[in-house]
Amino acid sequence: MAETFLSIQNVRKAFGATTVVQDFDLDVERGEFVSFLGPSGCGKTTMLRIVAGFEEPSAGMVMIGGKDVTNLKPNQRDIGMVFQAYALFPNLTVAQNIGFGLKVAGVPRAESDARVAEMLSIIKLPEFGDRYPYQLSGGQQQRVALARALAPKPKLLLLDEPLSALDAKVRVSLREEIRLIQKKLGITTIFVTHDQEEALSMSDRIVVMYGGKAEQVGTPFEIYNKPATRFVASFVGTLNILEGTVSDPASGTVSINGSEIALKRALDGKAAGDEISLALRPEAISVGNHPGRDSSIAGEISDVSFLGSVIRVRVGVGKNAVSLDTFNSPSTPPPVVGETANITFAASDLLVLQ
Amino acid sequence: MRASRIWAWVTFGLGATFFFLPLIATFEFSLRMKRGVYSFEAYRSVIGDTRFQETFAYSVTVAVMTILLGVLLVVPTAYWIRLRMPHLRPVVEFVTLLPLIIPAIVIVFGYIRMYGSSSPLPFLATRRGTDVLLVIGYATLALPYMYRAVDTGLRTIDVRTLTEAAQILGAGWATIIGRIILPNVLIAVLSGAFLTFAIVIGEFTMASLLNAPAFGPYMQNIGANRAYEPAALAIIAFVITWACMGGIQILARFAPRSANRPN
Repeated sequence: MAETFLSIQNVRKAFGATTVVQDFDLDVERGEFVSFLGPSGCGKTTMLRIVAGFEEPSAGMVMIGGKDVTNLKPNQRDIGMVFQAYALFPNLTVAQNIGFGLKVAGVPRAESDARVAEMLSIIKLPEFGDRYPYQLSGGQQQRVALARALAPKPKLLLLDEPLSALDAKVRVSLREEIRLIQKKLGITTIFVTHDQEEALSMSDRIVVMYGGKAEQVGTPFEIYNKPATRFVASFVGTLNILEGTVSDPASGTVSINGSEIALKRALDGKAAGDEISLALRPEAISVGNHPGRDSSIAGEISDVSFLGSVIRVRVGVGKNAVSLDTFNSPSTPPPVVGETANITFAASDLLVLQ
Repeated sequence: MRASRIWAWVTFGLGATFFFLPLIATFEFSLRMKRGVYSFEAYRSVIGDTRFQETFAYSVTVAVMTILLGVLLVVPTAYWIRLRMPHLRPVVEFVTLLPLIIPAIVIVFGYIRMYGSSSPLPFLATRRGTDVLLVIGYATLALPYMYRAVDTGLRTIDVRTLTEAAQILGAGWATIIGRIILPNVLIAVLSGAFLTFAIVIGEFTMASLLNAPAFGPYMQNIGANRAYEPAALAIIAFVITWACMGGIQILARFAPRSANRPN
């Protein structure tokens, strides 16, 4: 069992009558990269600011390295943070920005200069030390902000939507860079984002938040493939919802648009005739027979969109509409709107939504 | 189009004449001290006067002290209002405007009643105490200009995020204000400082009623008793004020450029 480094225990935060974070518990291991993922207003940034010390929790405790820091000020917590709006000091050069935390800590000049040079080389901007922030692009500014946060060797790194102000291409390259640097330094990191792709590609674990609560905590694989709640299932990735009725709860048989599907697991709490919502990821569905896909439902092609390497097909299944992607193959003509088609999938891939 | 341009130039010409003609006339008159020739005799006479040197030096010292007091008072206040108490901004803005509404003579009579030699805070009992009170009074008179200049400067930077960025790097309040906030609003502070300087150098009411050996009462005294020297003094006062305004313009070019705009 790995060592818990950051422990958030039963934290609640209310602003007046509005509770923005409630019953939040999380243990983060040393060196782990954990993302808080959720829509705007879900409480993820508030939770990060509580860890940083900018907000005081209404209840609960935050521990870093076994020490209770709940009542410590931000400048006493030994934390590095990168902000969405870069927050570089406009009056200082890049080198002075990176060395700011070291100067405040009273690190000797020679040692500080060496550390600044090391950080500049880590962020691949060794020649930019004498420039001012306004002379840098957004991506470069955010790399400098990362170097500034890491220079004093903090115990914990907090990233508050650091990529959201950047254009798509820079965002992808910078997220890879951030993850590489984090792995190289082995620093425990909390990353706040509303972008599921960022969270899935960068994190060791993801905390999906909704309405101030942690809906699910798990690895990207678990979050994507085994969503615990309907919100997680719908927020992370694209999802097809199939409405059906329970035929036999004991054997887990359901009826969708007249086709009987055996889930091969008991549907606890359901009775025969109950309505049930099932979900399927687009990549778990194909048109026509496919090895390993043991269940099928008849439907009608309602729309075909040619997207280059991929063809997006929508199939009407009774009152449900299912979306799936197939790879474009020059030798195979795409499906035609109005054609009858069987969609096939593995029954084990069907998610029962609560 | 052409007619409107002509009218614009005519209006500009009339305005410029209204402003510059008395100035040119005053300057021309100030050069006539020696009969029959133009000379800078009036300027030589004014600058060579020991009372000019003493009162000017006194007013410059008081102006510098006023600027220091104004900066110490206004920068932390404006910063704190922006950071933590934005709901109090209208109240503070109103308070800082009061010196424009309440005449200086009312303020100074209030001071004389409140801080006379028999009061618990007898500022006026000593010369040094009177100097301190004059500085406080001038800081009050300059408050509307200093507060607005600093507040405008703070508006150009993301005060909250910069403060949090400095805090999380271990900085305390003194470091945050001294090394991050103040340098980024320095040009705004200097604008306020020049305005304060211009106000203090020529101020008459407070200095006169507090019997301070300041430049304002000296100018009034010379104006009442001499012919050419007051004209020279008026030109000197104009040059000082314009130099202050020019200083603001020049310094504005060196303002740190904000890098907080996400691209």
